[in-house]
Amino acid sequence: MNRSAIDLWVGIFVAIGLGAVLFLALKVGNLLTLDRTAGYRLEASFDNIGGLKLRAPVKAAGVVVGRVEYVRLNPKTYEALVTMRIENQYEFTRDTIASINTSGLLGEVYIGLDAGGDTVMLKDGQRIAKTQSAMVMEKLISQFLFDKAAESGGGGGKK
Amino acid sequence: MSSDVLNGTARILRRLGGAVTGGISRLGFAARFLVAIVWHSPQAFRRFRLTMREIYFSGVLSLVIILLSGLFVGMVLSLQGYETLKRYGADEQLGILVALSLVRELGPVMAGLLFASRAGSAITAEIGLMKTTEQLSAMEMMAVDPLARVIAPRFWGGVISMPLLAALFSAFGIFGGYLVGVRLIGIDNGAFWGQMQAAVDFWPDITDGIIKSLVFGVAVSLIAVFEGYDAKPTAEGVSAATTRTVVISSLAILALDFVMTVFMFRAGNV
Repeated sequence: MNRSAIDLWVGIFVAIGLGAVLFLALKVGNLLTLDRTAGYRLEASFDNIGGLKLRAPVKAAGVVVGRVEYVRLNPKTYEALVTMRIENQYEFTRDTIASINTSGLLGEVYIGLDAGGDTVMLKDGQRIAKTQSAMVMEKLISQFLFDKAAESGGGGGKK
Repeated sequence: MSSDVLNGTARILRRLGGAVTGGISRLGFAARFLVAIVWHSPQAFRRFRLTMREIYFSGVLSLVIILLSGLFVGMVLSLQGYETLKRYGADEQLGILVALSLVRELGPVMAGLLFASRAGSAITAEIGLMKTTEQLSAMEMMAVDPLARVIAPRFWGGVISMPLLAALFSAFGIFGGYLVGVRLIGIDNGAFWGQMQAAVDFWPDITDGIIKSLVFGVAVSLIAVFEGYDAKPTAEGVSAATTRTVVISSLAILALDFVMTVFMFRAGNV
């Protein structure tokens, strides 16, 4: 095999190899649509974040508007402090409610933002005041059982 | 009678000790060899045509096996994954399963194993035969350093080819998964790609795969050139060295993969 043919084949190989990396980056990993560094930060503290993970989506009306960037425990209040990075094109009112939801029974955990009617918008680094914690399955079940027990047992005792 | 037993035990112990010290000194030689290759690399890069030739032999000629294997692995993954995901009603998440397992694990590992058996063994056999036919000594006589002329280009050819081959394996695997999942089984096209894009991040998922394939490229190439250079200059010696290349690099890939995955998962889940 002469030199120019080798050069040609190596060129083709490198080109399709880089093409594969590009395919993985753009089509599989959507590098462009969610830029990691762009956007502004919002904070919110929750009593319980349930199964919320880093990089979990932040959705408003079902549309992904950002990602969870940082989660830590506030050592004074024992609340979870979640930092989200929201894309610059979206703004939220000051009375926005942040809630932790699960998509489907086995789906991923995400933060839902419901904007209110206030005219003042949240700025970079500000905190969302109204939050709704994750519903923990065990607590729900035990609550349900206690309610049932109270209904039948407690009610029967009073009669 | 008892001296026979003593002699036998001593012989076993001596052989065991010999194997251990032999293995350790080979490891030391391999480390010294890696330093020597890196030391001689500037010369190999100055005559880049030599490295180009090795990229052709180890990269381009491995394309067919890598692409076909990737396609079939992706298709099987899609079929098997669908059967399991269907039970939980999560069959639309098939794209995530196929893409994540290929990009994080199967792409680098399978491409590495195929590369070791396809290209690594060829490199070992070639260098071993050059040593057997005294071509390497002849080069030294002509004041041509075989490390710069023969070893370093092959090493770098492998290191450059490996990440590209792994990326191609993953890409074709995902395409194969798409063929089976969307075209054959009939999962919604938008859900397949959309779920995949929502769950796979360039950083760290895809970069982890690239880092893994780079490490495998260095490991396999080093083992291949080292075994060839260290082969006994006989027909059996070359054949044993070729076998060792495939066995040791396969084990090295799987062990390194485990170690790297532990670190990458720890880094990912703060």
